[in-house]
Amino acid sequence: MSIRRKACIAGAYEHPTRKAPDKTVAQLHAECARGALEDAGLRLQDVDGYFCAGDAPGLGANSMADYLGLRPRHVDSTDTGGSAYLVHVSHAAQAIAMGKCNVALITLAGRPRSEGSSGVAPRLVGAGTPDVPWEAPYAPVTVNMYALAANRHMHEYGTTSEQLAWIKVAAATHAQHNPNAMLREPVTVDDVLASPMISDPLHRLDCCVVSDGGGALVVVRPEIARSLKRPVVNVLGAGEAIKGQLNGQVDLTFSGAAWSGPRAFEEAGIKPSDIQYASIYDSFTITVLMQIEDLGFCEKGKGGRFVADGNLISGVGKLPFNTDGGGLCNNHPANRGGITKVIEAVRQLRGEAHQKVQVRDCSLALAQGTGGLLGSRHGSATLIMERA
Amino acid sequence: MTTTYQDRPLGSAVHDDATEPFFAATAAGSLRIKVCISCRKPHWYPRALCPYCLGDTEWREATGKGGIYSVSVTRRAGPIPYAIAYVRLDEGVTMLSNIVDCDLDSLRIGQRVHVVFKPAEDKAMIPMFAPDQG
Ligand SMILES: [Zn+2]
Repeated sequence: MSIRRKACIAGAYEHPTRKAPDKTVAQLHAECARGALEDAGLRLQDVDGYFCAGDAPGLGANSMADYLGLRPRHVDSTDTGGSAYLVHVSHAAQAIAMGKCNVALITLAGRPRSEGSSGVAPRLVGAGTPDVPWEAPYAPVTVNMYALAANRHMHEYGTTSEQLAWIKVAAATHAQHNPNAMLREPVTVDDVLASPMISDPLHRLDCCVVSDGGGALVVVRPEIARSLKRPVVNVLGAGEAIKGQLNGQVDLTFSGAAWSGPRAFEEAGIKPSDIQYASIYDSFTITVLMQIEDLGFCEKGKGGRFVADGNLISGVGKLPFNTDGGGLCNNHPANRGGITKVIEAVRQLRGEAHQKVQVRDCSLALAQGTGGLLGSRHGSATLIMERA
Repeated sequence: MTTTYQDRPLGSAVHDDATEPFFAATAAGSLRIKVCISCRKPHWYPRALCPYCLGDTEWREATGKGGIYSVSVTRRAGPIPYAIAYVRLDEGVTMLSNIVDCDLDSLRIGQRVHVVFKPAEDKAMIPMFAPDQG
């Protein structure tokens, strides 16, 4: 059984805040839920499925469903880090196809900026996490677990810092048109290379922002989507995967997208060259480059050449990406960028992206998430959507 | 550019049934890995059950020799820069570690390294790696 055209994304909302010390995380979730339901033209009482991940305060979905006043008959708090919300769209489509719910609400929110989170601080993990005793003494932090993948990619394929910098340049080019973006100044390749080295070879401008905020999505049965006033966006295919250290046969040359991507394309019945717009998870520049290769937008090892010279800039290059400015410039709420990836893809398919970055006649879009650590263990999720 | 290695304070190791035999061995100057009693495959990080077949596992002494699979000098996570690396042991498994006792800027992928031990706060000996001479 496939989820192809079995469900639609009817509501999408990105919270405009980037710093919210005066709001609780639960309140931010609720504000996102309200925004997405208003966008869809649905009421709270219409929601019968609820999805959230590790950013939601409390115990799984229990606390937030109660806070929001929901009485869901289907719940899912799958957590694969920042990719979880793409998994939620897929699982919501499955649940709708199975008749388990009709209107699924997905929320994400967090305040890492107000709470002083950083990519160079040790990641907080639960007691008993089995890898921690063997790795914590070596001070893995978020950024160096991506830097290890970047250095290996450079070693294997000759990828350069200049090529990685082009990814940031493209994101910044788009972000200048987003009034809510945290960083709206255009940057050059030289600006990226001149920014402080955080962990070789990743500079400060190779890293995403730390922002407060959130987002929400409403996934519905197709008959419901057609009854609403918004353009209809179909879920066409999805794939998910977990990639770890392969029992000690560590291979940093590919990401979990090499597994989740083909699953999504097979279900959607299309190929990478059909995609007109791609939201690619951009925790760091190297994350983007590896996922682009692994999704099949270019040959493995040629990602550096592919992203250079503005090829990711809307209206300029072949693969317009992250036209909201992405995590590199716009927003990385809760340190989890998955939901904003879907939201911008929905904007593109509805023709509601900023006119300076809108892809003309955008009818096929992809969103890709990588949550966790590229260099050790991460969840990958690929989602393909179409304008009906 | 030269970034000379400096000792970095190491927090206490995690001591439980999974780690105790390992740190007992490092205290005696030896690095151990786990091998499956059923399928004989080695794996890393050490587990009680084999991640290939869920068979029981046993400790085996490793030579402590290997090569750098990837390395990154982390310069802005605290006052002391350090080199985090994946080291591929000659036994065929790759472990996260630090490269120490050298000019961190001279490190390169493929370089041969050998195990050394650095004390944590609780005196547990943590395996790290230093470049071979020449
Ligand atoms: Zn086995």
